[in-house]
Amino acid sequence: MFGRSLVRLPRVVPSNVGLRPSVWSSKIRSGNLSRCYSAAAAEAVKLDEGISIETHTDIQAAAKEQANVRSNDSEAIKSGNTALNHAYQENTGFGTRPIYLDMQATTPTDPRVLDTMLKYYTGLYGNPHSNTHAYGWETNKSVEEAREHVAKVINANAKEIIFTSGATESNNMVLKGVPRFYKKTKKHIITTRTEHKCVLEAARSMINEGFEVTFLGVDSNGLIDVNELENAIRPDTCLVSVMAVNNEIGVIQPIKQIGEICKKHKVYFHTDCAQAYGKIPIDVNDMNIDLMSISSHKIYGPKGIGALYVRRRPRIRLEPLLSGGGQERGLRSGTLAPPLVTGFGEAARLMLQEFDNDQNYISRLSNKLISGLLSLDHATLNGSPNHHYPGCINVSFAYVEGESLLMALRDIALSSGSACTSASLEPSYVLHALGKDDALAHSSIRFGIGRFTTEEEVDYVIKAIQERVKFLRELSPLWEMVQEGIDLDSIEWSGH
Amino acid sequence: MIVSNLLKSTTSTAATRITITQLTARRLYHPKVIEHYTNPRNVGSLDKKSSNVGTGIVGAPACGDVIKLQIQVNDSTGIIEDVKFKTFGCGSAIASSSYMTELVHGMSLDDAYKIKNTEIAKELSLPPVKLHCSMLAEDAIKAAIKDYKTKRTNPTVLH
Repeated sequence: MFGRSLVRLPRVVPSNVGLRPSVWSSKIRSGNLSRCYSAAAAEAVKLDEGISIETHTDIQAAAKEQANVRSNDSEAIKSGNTALNHAYQENTGFGTRPIYLDMQATTPTDPRVLDTMLKYYTGLYGNPHSNTHAYGWETNKSVEEAREHVAKVINANAKEIIFTSGATESNNMVLKGVPRFYKKTKKHIITTRTEHKCVLEAARSMINEGFEVTFLGVDSNGLIDVNELENAIRPDTCLVSVMAVNNEIGVIQPIKQIGEICKKHKVYFHTDCAQAYGKIPIDVNDMNIDLMSISSHKIYGPKGIGALYVRRRPRIRLEPLLSGGGQERGLRSGTLAPPLVTGFGEAARLMLQEFDNDQNYISRLSNKLISGLLSLDHATLNGSPNHHYPGCINVSFAYVEGESLLMALRDIALSSGSACTSASLEPSYVLHALGKDDALAHSSIRFGIGRFTTEEEVDYVIKAIQERVKFLRELSPLWEMVQEGIDLDSIEWSGH
Repeated sequence: MIVSNLLKSTTSTAATRITITQLTARRLYHPKVIEHYTNPRNVGSLDKKSSNVGTGIVGAPACGDVIKLQIQVNDSTGIIEDVKFKTFGCGSAIASSSYMTELVHGMSLDDAYKIKNTEIAKELSLPPVKLHCSMLAEDAIKAAIKDYKTKRTNPTVLH
């Protein structure tokens, strides 16, 4: 009923260490490779006493440890049922995986994408840049088809698509490559404070190379002021970089207006569309976008690949990061990976094909989730509700500490912000930029809905959040004070 | 009673806990923390206006941790008869205060005042980044005892 067994992990095979090597080698000799592989797969999740093998979510090991501790700790006090019991139920036999609601971190691979990819790992292994034989020609053809699919989503020409290792590389290529190429005449870059870390860090590194960078602020809704942007443009500005959909709060920036301003002032316009590509309508010609970063694994494609759109007419020049064989119009040397490229192409084709379905489905679930979460007292949606991608919902639950809430929600895979910063326990810089105070930034959680999220999952999440926020508020002295009508700001906190 | 039993079981499982600690080295929370967090003991509030109740509130919301700990003391024996807490903070802070209430229940004020944060940190195997949670729990019980003592001395002075 609660918690779903999505993936059943292979059962543990009783091991006889002494025998195994000879069995294996005989299998290999007899050419029975597939059976050998399945034995190895079972081995990978084997949990022996005292050996720590972490599976993807490590639920099995965690549950086992808890079972151990509880069985030893005979005096553990049974204080009745709490809402948390579901989060920490023990499923020692099979792995129960949490509900996946972290679609901004990455998306599950679409099975149709994997089908496309597999043959490039087996029979079609040619180097797409080998033009002397059929192995190269066949993969080259597939790569070019994939390029067409990727271009079509944003109404671009296939020749304008450069495959990279992901959006981080694409962003670095632009933020470093364009200013370096035009460094003789241009000295200034404009970006915003709510960009992804890779844009901010790349921009910061350009300061060390002698460029000036303007980081535009955002209003309390997370939107930039286009007039402020226009005023910030100088004669020596070479690049404006503004992300389309924010990865933490899902806010959509006014890309078309920014494109017009950049065209008027003859400044190159780059947009980081890792979270936007295929999810909101984007037309590079209509919106005057000169450069665009795209990621494959945010659109149900394989990880490890992305793309950079580089306009050809008028031609945008940039200095490549990598030197080498001059592949990808000389901008990104290195052999392309046909399995990844074709998977990415298929994922892009599906984004276009499923666009209306995805939009309607995600919007419906999103509205349901938002109204369910906001029905709690003192729960607020972060970011503009009107300029908002429905698949990314960021909510603050006041008077509940974020880390303890995530701990209570272990049966739901969520994040309190971007995956890059969740290790540091620092409150989100994006929410800070919106003017949220530390306490509220500490208590915010991001929910991501995607193509494969089910309605039952959303229902479960709403119920779980309501129960557990209530549980933690019962525990919270701040909530008690607020209920008694005490103004928390009037208290002199001791600090620590 | 509960305390003594708990301590007994701790020593008997010491050997197993070593392997568990090794296993959890890469995970943030020790199972003991999770146990206290999912089943927190002695949650609630006592009447803070009552003369035999001492209240300690320590921490700050901006730092992400606030502990409120209350003790009800038997005026003639000086034994802590009842203890309640509420905590805003991470799982370790909740577990530290929950364990602290278990420890001090039935203790004399003098003994409770001597409890060190290391005792809590050791029991819950807190990692270094979470040590401040146990310090906060120690501060909370000290503040509660001080509050009870000021409540007690003031009326006597007036008489």
